[in-house]
Amino acid sequence: MSNTSRNAIKPAKLVLEDGRVFSGTSFGADGTCTGEVVFNTSMAGYQEILTDPSYKGQIVTMTYPLIGNYGVNSHDVESCRPWVEGFVVKECSKIVSNWRASQSLPEYLREHGILGIEGIDTRALTMHIRIQGAMKAVISTEELDPVRLRELAVRAPGVLNQDLVKEVTCREPVEWNTKGKYHVVVLDCGVKWNILRLLQANECRVTRVPAATPFEEILALDPDGVLLSNGPGDPSAVPYVVETVKKLIGRVPLFGICLGHQMLGLALGGRSYKLKFGHHGGNQPVKDTRSQRVAITVQNHGFCVEHASLDEKEIEVTHMNLNDQTLEGIKHRRYPVFSVQFHPESGPGPHDARGLFAEFIRMCDRAA
Amino acid sequence: MPKRTDFKKILILGSGPIVISQACEFDYSGTQACKALREEGYEVILVNSNPATIMTDPQMADATYIEPITPEVVEKIIARERPDVLLPTLGGQTGLNTAMALYEQGVLEKYAVQMIGADYHTIQKAEDRDHFKRAMQKIGLDLPQSALAHTMKEAWDALERIQLPVIVRSAFTLGGTGGGIATTREEFEQIADLGLQNSMISEILIEESVIGWKEYELEVMRDVRDNVVIVCSIENLDPMGVHTGDSITVAPAQTLSDEEYQRMRDAALAIIREIGVETGGSNIQFAVNPETGRMVVIEMNPRVSRSSALASKATGFPIAKFAAKLAVGYSLDEIRNDITKETPASFEPAIDYCVVKIPRFTFEKFPEAKDVLGISMKSVGETMAIGRTFKEALQKGLRGLEIGHSGLDNKLDFRQIPDEKIQWRLKEPNASRIFYIKYALQKGYSIEQIQSLTGIDPWFLDNIRQIVECERMIVQTTSGRTLSADLLRTAKQFGFSDRQIGALLGRDERQVRQMRVDQGITATFKLVDTCAAEFQAYTPYYYSTYEETDESRTSKEKKIMILGGGPNRIGQGIEFDYCCCHASFRLKELGYETIMVNSNPETVSTDYDTSDKLYFEPLTFEDVMNIVDKERPDGVIVQFGGQTPLNLAAQLEAAGVPIIGTPVEEIDRAEDRDKFSQLIQRLRILQPPNGMAAAKDEARAIARKIGYPVLARPSYVLGGRAMKIVYDEESLETFIAEATELSGERPILIDKFLEDAIEVDVDAVSDGTTAVIGGIMEHIEEAGVHSGDSACVIPPYSLSDEIIDKIRAHTLALSKALHVQGLINIQFAVKNDKVYVLEVNPRASRTVPFVSKATGIPLAKIAVSVMVGKTLPELGITAEVIPNHFSVKESVLPFSRFSGVDIILSPEMKSTGEVMGVDQSFGIAFYKSQMAAGTVLPKEGKIFLSVKNADKRNIVFIAKKLHDFGFELVATRGTAKVLKSNNIPSTIVGKIAEGSEEIPTLIKSGELKLIINTPSGVRGQSDMKPIRSLAVRCGVPSITTIQGAQAAVNGMEAIHHGDYSVWSIQELTGK
Repeated sequence: MSNTSRNAIKPAKLVLEDGRVFSGTSFGADGTCTGEVVFNTSMAGYQEILTDPSYKGQIVTMTYPLIGNYGVNSHDVESCRPWVEGFVVKECSKIVSNWRASQSLPEYLREHGILGIEGIDTRALTMHIRIQGAMKAVISTEELDPVRLRELAVRAPGVLNQDLVKEVTCREPVEWNTKGKYHVVVLDCGVKWNILRLLQANECRVTRVPAATPFEEILALDPDGVLLSNGPGDPSAVPYVVETVKKLIGRVPLFGICLGHQMLGLALGGRSYKLKFGHHGGNQPVKDTRSQRVAITVQNHGFCVEHASLDEKEIEVTHMNLNDQTLEGIKHRRYPVFSVQFHPESGPGPHDARGLFAEFIRMCDRAA
Repeated sequence: MPKRTDFKKILILGSGPIVISQACEFDYSGTQACKALREEGYEVILVNSNPATIMTDPQMADATYIEPITPEVVEKIIARERPDVLLPTLGGQTGLNTAMALYEQGVLEKYAVQMIGADYHTIQKAEDRDHFKRAMQKIGLDLPQSALAHTMKEAWDALERIQLPVIVRSAFTLGGTGGGIATTREEFEQIADLGLQNSMISEILIEESVIGWKEYELEVMRDVRDNVVIVCSIENLDPMGVHTGDSITVAPAQTLSDEEYQRMRDAALAIIREIGVETGGSNIQFAVNPETGRMVVIEMNPRVSRSSALASKATGFPIAKFAAKLAVGYSLDEIRNDITKETPASFEPAIDYCVVKIPRFTFEKFPEAKDVLGISMKSVGETMAIGRTFKEALQKGLRGLEIGHSGLDNKLDFRQIPDEKIQWRLKEPNASRIFYIKYALQKGYSIEQIQSLTGIDPWFLDNIRQIVECERMIVQTTSGRTLSADLLRTAKQFGFSDRQIGALLGRDERQVRQMRVDQGITATFKLVDTCAAEFQAYTPYYYSTYEETDESRTSKEKKIMILGGGPNRIGQGIEFDYCCCHASFRLKELGYETIMVNSNPETVSTDYDTSDKLYFEPLTFEDVMNIVDKERPDGVIVQFGGQTPLNLAAQLEAAGVPIIGTPVEEIDRAEDRDKFSQLIQRLRILQPPNGMAAAKDEARAIARKIGYPVLARPSYVLGGRAMKIVYDEESLETFIAEATELSGERPILIDKFLEDAIEVDVDAVSDGTTAVIGGIMEHIEEAGVHSGDSACVIPPYSLSDEIIDKIRAHTLALSKALHVQGLINIQFAVKNDKVYVLEVNPRASRTVPFVSKATGIPLAKIAVSVMVGKTLPELGITAEVIPNHFSVKESVLPFSRFSGVDIILSPEMKSTGEVMGVDQSFGIAFYKSQMAAGTVLPKEGKIFLSVKNADKRNIVFIAKKLHDFGFELVATRGTAKVLKSNNIPSTIVGKIAEGSEEIPTLIKSGELKLIINTPSGVRGQSDMKPIRSLAVRCGVPSITTIQGAQAAVNGMEAIHHGDYSVWSIQELTGK
C-alpha cells in the first residue's frame, strides 16, 4: 500500500468527433491523444486491458466506475507496455491496495506517456457510443477548446482500413520458450502474452514471428501448428497476412484467435464488417453449437466475420454469440483449421474457454 | 432443454417467521419462484407459517398452507396433496432442514416425492462440515485447518492440533447460532460446550482462525447442462470474524485484481460442480489473506440466501426466479434477461455502479446485550444503496438505515471521545464501528493505524478519509457564504445529504437544497440494467446519483408513488412491505402507473417486477423529493410503509407533494395527545386516565393522581421503545432518568395501566363515509405486553357479543371522526366489561396481512382503492367477514441471539416476526401457532409451575388439566401449596435464589418439557431470570403469562383428545 502523490488537479477534456464534450481531470500523462473510443465492461483487469496490443488505435473507457483500486504489478501484463491511446474512467483510486501491487495506476500511465481522464460520466459516454456507434475522439490536457479538439478528433486516422498490426507485431522472430513437446509458431499480429503462456503450459515450444513473415519461412521453422494471433483493427487492412494464412491452410494445423479468426475467415473467402460498437468485456455468452454448452467469454473486437459469407460446405460454424447471434467460431470441414472470435486465453476474464488450447494441441498431435 | 413434463405438482417450503438471519429475502425468493413456476403451468403447493408474506397470498399458489414448517406437518400436507416433487432450496435454512428431515424419515420415499434443484446428498455434502471438507480437498481447494468434535474430549484433542485462536461453529443451526471465537482455553471450553448443545446433531467444527482476512462471496448459478455463471461478487468491508449478515458489504469486489478474482471464480465453478447442485443458485464464501493472497474456502449454501437476494437487487439478475426455471429443466440460455429482453440469462452481469449493504441492528431493544459483533448474526435488517462511487453508496446507505444519521455525519464530537474508546471501538467489531473510523480519522489516526486496529482494507479506509476531507473543506468555507459549485457538486457526488451539508454550514436542509438547485446541481437517475449500458434496458429500475446524464423516462400516465418501509427493524418489517406490494398490485389493476421507493434489498417491493417503476433509494425527504421532482406523481402514499414514510408526511405535504388517503393533519390528530383526548371525549369513548409531563415533578404528580401502576413512555419514540410499566415512585424516577437519556428533554407520556385487562386490536378500512371492520383480534396476553409481541386470535374467543359490538361502534365512530381514507388500527383494552381506547393509528398496521389471511379479505388492496377515490359500497365491501375457523397469530422472539437478555414480555416490542396457526378449534389453532413459532407443546413429561400470587387461583385449573393429561408437575413451594390444597399432586423444588440447582438440572437433562412461570414485580423477575435463560438455551418452552398458559393448555387438551388436520387457506377462506 502506498499513497499516490498527485499533482494539483489538472483539467482534461474528452471530445468526440460528433462534437460531444466530456470534461474531467487528468490522472495520466500530459498531452493530447486521439483514437477510436470504445467501452469495456470488465469490472477488473484494467492492467491487462491497457497492455493488450489489440487496443492500439483506441481510447478505452471502463464502464465500471472505480478503477485503479489494486494498482498495477509486474505480472498482470499482456505485452511489454500499455497500448491504449487513452484511458477514460469515472474515478481513479487515490490509493493502491493489494499485496501484489508495485505501482499506482496514475504512475504507470505517466511512466508510459498514456493519457488518463477521470471524473467522466462514463455511463453517459457508453450509452452515447452504444447509440451512435464507436467513433473517433480526442483527449487533451493542453488544449481545452472543444471546437479545436473536435477538429483533431475528426482528422484522426481512426481504425478503418488502417494497418495497425505493423505497429504492434514483433520486429523479428522471438523464442518465447525453448522446450516443449510441440512446436507452435505464433503469427504475431499483436499477441497477448497469455496466449503464449497457455501454449507453454500445454507443453508447447513457442516461436513468435512478425506478422509479415512469408509462409515459406513459417514452414521452414517446422511447426506442429500455427497460431494466428489477436491484434488491433481492421482485418481487411492487413491483406498480406490473409495471403499467408491462405497458403498455410491445409499444410499445418491452424488456430486463430480474434483478429486471427477474422483473417482466417477472409482467407477462406469470407467477408468482414465493422460492428457498431464492438464487443469489449468479459461476460459474453458463447454457445458451442456442437455441445450446446455456453461459455462466458472474453471479447475484444470491433470487426466480425459475416456468417453468410462463408461456404457452408467447407466451413462448420462452431460458436455463436448468444447476445447478438454474431459468428464466434468456425472449423474447417477437411483441414485441421479452426478459430474463435473470442479470447480463450482470457487475461482478463473468465477461463471457461481455455480447453480450446488443448483442442489445438490434440490437432497438432494428430497432424504430426 | 425444454421444461420437464414428468411432473406436474411442485411442493415449495417457505422459511417461516422472520427471525434474525431469515427475513424477507425468502419471501422475495419464494414469491418469485411461485410466479415463475405457475407461469410455466405447474401446480404449486406452498407451505409457510408466516402470514405476513406475499408468497402466502392465495393467488400465488394453487394450495397455500399457512401451517408450521415441521416434518410432521409437512408430511400431512404431502399425504393430502401428493406433490410429485419438492423444491427445497427456496425456504432458507428452515426449508432445507425440513426437506432433509423428510428425506431421512422416509416420507419422501413413502409418497414418491422427488427433490429437484438439489437432492439430499448434495445438500448434505454442502451442509455437513466433514463432507464439505472432503469434497474441497478432493478438488484441491484450500480450507482453514479444522477438525470435528462431538464431545468435549474430542474438542480438546482437536485443539492440540489447531492452535488458538480458533473459531467454533455448530453444525445444522440457523445463521451461526452457538458459535464463537475462542482466544483462550477458558473461552474455548465455554463456546465448544454451548456449540455442542445448540447443534441439532451435537457436532461442532473447530477451525483455524482466519479472523482479519478479507472476506468475499460469490453468487453462482448452474443449469442442467452444466452451464455455470457468477451473478455477482461481494466484498465485505468488515473482515473475517464478523458474520456476513452483520458486515457492511460491497458489490462488486473492489480490491481483487482480475487474476485473483478469476482464481476465486474457478474455485466457485469447481465447488458447485463437485457438490453437485444440479440446478439453481448457491452462495460460496472465501477468505483471502491480505498479506499473501492465500485463498481459502469458508462455506457454501446450496440454496438461495440473503446474499442472493442482495445480488439480485444489486445486479438486476433475479436469482430465485431463474433458479425455479432451472429446476424444471430449462437451461440458462433458454431464459430471457427481462431487463434487456434480447439477451439470454446465460451471462454474467456487468455493473457500472457501486452497491453498499449496511446491516441494521437493534441493540437498544436489548440493553443487557453488548453491541459486539461476531460470527453469530445479530442484525435484524439491512439497507442497500447504489451510487457511482463507494463514497456515495456508503453515505446513501447510512442515511437509509434510519438510525438518525444523515450520512457519515458527526453524532459525537470526536474531540470528546478518548483515545482508549476509539481504539477499543475500532478493535472490537460493533454496530457503530464505521462512525468510529471517521472519528479516528478526524482525530488524526493514519490509515495504517486504523487498518491495524480493524483489519479493514485500506482502500475502504481511504475512501472514508476522502469523505472526511471533503467535510473538512465544507466546514472551512467561511460560514454564511455559499459553497462553491465545484465543492457542492463534489460533496453530492460523495453522497453527502443536504441535511448533512446543512449541519456543517449551520443551515437547514431546504436551504442547502435551494443552494444547489440554484447552481444547477440536481440528482440524475441511472438504470440498473445488468449490462453496464451495453444493451438497451426496458425495466425502469433506477438509482440517483450526481452525474451529467439523467436516464429516467417519465410518462404522462396517471401515477401513484408508494413509499416503502426501509430496512427491517423490530416493529417495522415485512408486514409493511406486504401492504406496499398490495397497494402497488391493486393500483396497477386500476390502471395507474405505480412507482415504488424503498431501500430494503430483502423485499418483494424492491423486485423490479412488482411496480411499474422502482427507485432504489433511501427514504428521506431529500431523496423522495428528488424523485417527486422528476416524476410529478398524482398521488403519494405514506400510510403503508410503517413509521418511515409517515415521519416524512408533514414535510412532504408542506413541500406541495400530493399525499393521498387519510389527511396528514388527521394522522397528527391521532398521534397528538391533547387533540386525541378531546376527540375521544367528544365521541364519549373511554380512555385510561393519562397525562403528559414536561418535567420530573409533573410526572410524579400525574402518576400520583391517576394512581400506580402506570404505563410510562418517552414521546417521539417508536415500537414501544423504552415503554415501561411503573409500579411505584422509585421506579418512575429511574424511568425518567433513562427516558431523558433517550429522547432528551422531551415530554413523558403517562397512562393509567389497566392491570389484567384484555387487549383487543382492530383493523378496519374506511372511505371517509363508511368503515368496515377487517378483523377483531383478541390478544392472548394481557394488556401491557406490546401488541406486536403478544399472541392474538381471530375471531375473539372470550369476548361477549356486547363488548364486541361496543368495539365495532367505537371503530366506526373513530374512523369517521378522523376522516380516515384507507386503513385504521385501533387498540382497545377491556376491563370489567368496559372498553377503553389505548391507541389509534390511522394507517396500515402490522396485523393487516394476518387479518387478510385469516379472513380472505385483502385489506390493503381495498384501502388503496379507497385512497384513489372508490367507495366501499362500490368495491362491494359492506360487511365484516367473520370466519368460521380460528386463526392465531403468535410472535417470534430473538432471545436466543442475545445472551443474558431476559425473555419477559413487556410494553417494549422485541419480536422479529410472526406465525399463524389455523384450525376449526381454538385449541388446535393455538397449538399449531406455538409449533410454528418453534415451541412444541409437550404430550408427556415434567412441567414446572411457578406463578405470582395474583395468578395462584388461575393456575389451579391449568394444573388440574395438566395432571389429568398425565403430566408430572414440579412446582416452587408457594405454587405447590396452592396445588396441594386443591388435591393436585406436585413435587416441590427449591428456588434458584435459595441456592437450589434442582430446576437447572431438570432443564439440562431434558426431563423438563415446559415451564410456566409468571414473575411478580422486579424481584420475581430477576429471581427466575437464570432459569428462563437456561430454558431458552436448551430449547425448553417457557410461558410467562397466565393467559398464555391457559391457551397452551387449551391446545394441549385438543391434541390430547386427538390428532389435528391441515387446511389450505384457499379451502378456509373460499379464495
